Amino acid sequence: MKHIFAKPWIWSFLSAAAVWLIAVAVTRGGGAGGMLTGALAMATFIVVVGVGQMFVIALGPGNIDLSLPANIGLASAVAMTVMNGNDALVALGLLAALGCGLLVGLANYLLIWALRIPPIIATLSASFIIQSIDISYGRGLQIKPPPALSDFANLRFLDLPVLAVLAILFAIVAAIVLQRTIYGRWVLAVGQNIRAARFAGVRVGWTRCVTYMLCGELGGIDGALLAGYFRGATVDIGNEYLLSSIAVVVIGGSSVSGGKANLPGIWGAALFLVLLLTMLNTFGVSAGIRLLLTGIIIVAAIAVASDGRARDAV
Amino acid sequence: MPVQDKATFRFAPVLRALLPALSLLVVLAGIAWLNPRAISYFGFNLMLNLAIPLVLATLAQMFVITGSDLDLSIGPFIGFAACVSATWLHDAPLVGIAILVGAVGAYAAVGALIYLRDLPSVVVTLGMGFVWQGLAILVLPQPGGLAPDWLASIMGVRPPFVPFPVLAAVVLAVVAWFLLEQTSYGVILRGSGGNPVAVRRAGWSLLKIKMTLFAGAGLFGVLSGLSLVGLTTSADANIGNGYTLLGIAGVILGGGEFTGGRVSPIGAVVGALTLALAASPLLTFMHIPPDWQIGANGAILIVVLTARVLVSRQRGTV
Repeated sequence: MKHIFAKPWIWSFLSAAAVWLIAVAVTRGGGAGGMLTGALAMATFIVVVGVGQMFVIALGPGNIDLSLPANIGLASAVAMTVMNGNDALVALGLLAALGCGLLVGLANYLLIWALRIPPIIATLSASFIIQSIDISYGRGLQIKPPPALSDFANLRFLDLPVLAVLAILFAIVAAIVLQRTIYGRWVLAVGQNIRAARFAGVRVGWTRCVTYMLCGELGGIDGALLAGYFRGATVDIGNEYLLSSIAVVVIGGSSVSGGKANLPGIWGAALFLVLLLTMLNTFGVSAGIRLLLTGIIIVAAIAVASDGRARDAV
Repeated sequence: MPVQDKATFRFAPVLRALLPALSLLVVLAGIAWLNPRAISYFGFNLMLNLAIPLVLATLAQMFVITGSDLDLSIGPFIGFAACVSATWLHDAPLVGIAILVGAVGAYAAVGALIYLRDLPSVVVTLGMGFVWQGLAILVLPQPGGLAPDWLASIMGVRPPFVPFPVLAAVVLAVVAWFLLEQTSYGVILRGSGGNPVAVRRAGWSLLKIKMTLFAGAGLFGVLSGLSLVGLTTSADANIGNGYTLLGIAGVILGGGEFTGGRVSPIGAVVGALTLALAASPLLTFMHIPPDWQIGANGAILIVVLTARVLVSRQRGTV
């Protein structure tokens, strides 16, 4: 029992459980299960990009992908255009979204590498351009997702969202990649000390390039799935995923200064964020109060979650 | 060839320092070539119409970057300040002033929180962005409100010969330059971004420094919101959102760097003006649809940063 509480990710699950209990108490037990399965479905989209952001942040101080919202927006538009509402083209569309995200990630890394600029600036500049491409390409895009895709995105098995189950499997695979493969070890090594990693023979440039491409890909696939779930692509479909992707990494117990990543925490923190919104909605508060409280609680959670971790990360 | 080496060594840093001004000149030359009539008193007034809030937002961001932090909440904060200006400041000036002063205090408190808990500024300010956005919506649920008369008349001043936005930009550049580069505390502030340990060992409170930098950002953020309302005469909760990223871009264009307290107030103002001119007037004259406005900002950033790399490479340093 004691060592369970020593895990950095346990707190995100406890917080998620706490806000869920409060929400259930407010509705006097009504819709407790529905709230949970609904939260699972919404958290899936945060987890997918959160994992990508986590790999990037694990690369060390200054590494962050600010281009995720623009990337998600563009990939959703690309996926919808390629699928063109046709069930037979779903796989092709998903591949196109993956490819689109991959290119975004590659462009990000090329900017970082060629211009020797901090990743924040590189991904920021890239996101300006991606956003413009999306606005000009996706303007007035009225293509509905193919029924097969939106059915799949909303599919439930025994009341569990299938997409969420797949995302849990994906998180397990990502955890194995992070802890048990050479690539994952290299990511952590680069994050802990880039010079030491280089001297130890880690291919630093390759590792960083692959990581930014991985994050881009995850953004791309997330965009296609979001368009399926919400039945259409919009330019701002990815907007909220910048804050949430970074917040889940921090709240989930990964070190913001890199070199230490924690996968279960991503799920806990994503559930916490979604259930927090659910809880505020059950209170029936206005949009202003909801934003205000979300901000305050996220800042507070980060201030608390960061405690001590900086020490044991060293 | 030692003589030539020496010459390039001297030349490169100068070129690097002149890069912001050169970018502005290139954009101005482009505009002059495409539409000579735009280079006039009236033309500049129109083209730089929304430059003052952007210059102020860029300076706000510059204060935070001076301490090697980043503020992702300045845009929503400017929106909040604008909403307060268009409501409370108009209806009950004293309450309005109290709220705005309190907001600057809140900014300093965020700086204190970031320093005391050793938190990443990107994450904290990203969360604070939600707080300011929420408060802005609470103050002004629907777009509207009314600018105080004095504010609208300040922003509507038409001085002789020099267009108001140009005059304001010069004054702001000089003020910020004086604060950061001519006062002794300004040197300490910049030093805290370069070597915080050394500054602390020299007896300065890093907490106070961080709070001062964030308060500076809050103050310029409030001024940006005020100028925005003075220009548009009404407000809306989302009015400032774009300024977060534009401000960062302005600082970087102006030669600032993310770490080490290497910022340039004059460069930041020049960078903001370049963005203001390139994003809208230049594109319009080039007949490029407004869809590409945001993309143009990104492209300018990349071009200028590429130029910077080329200049540094000439110098032979990495």
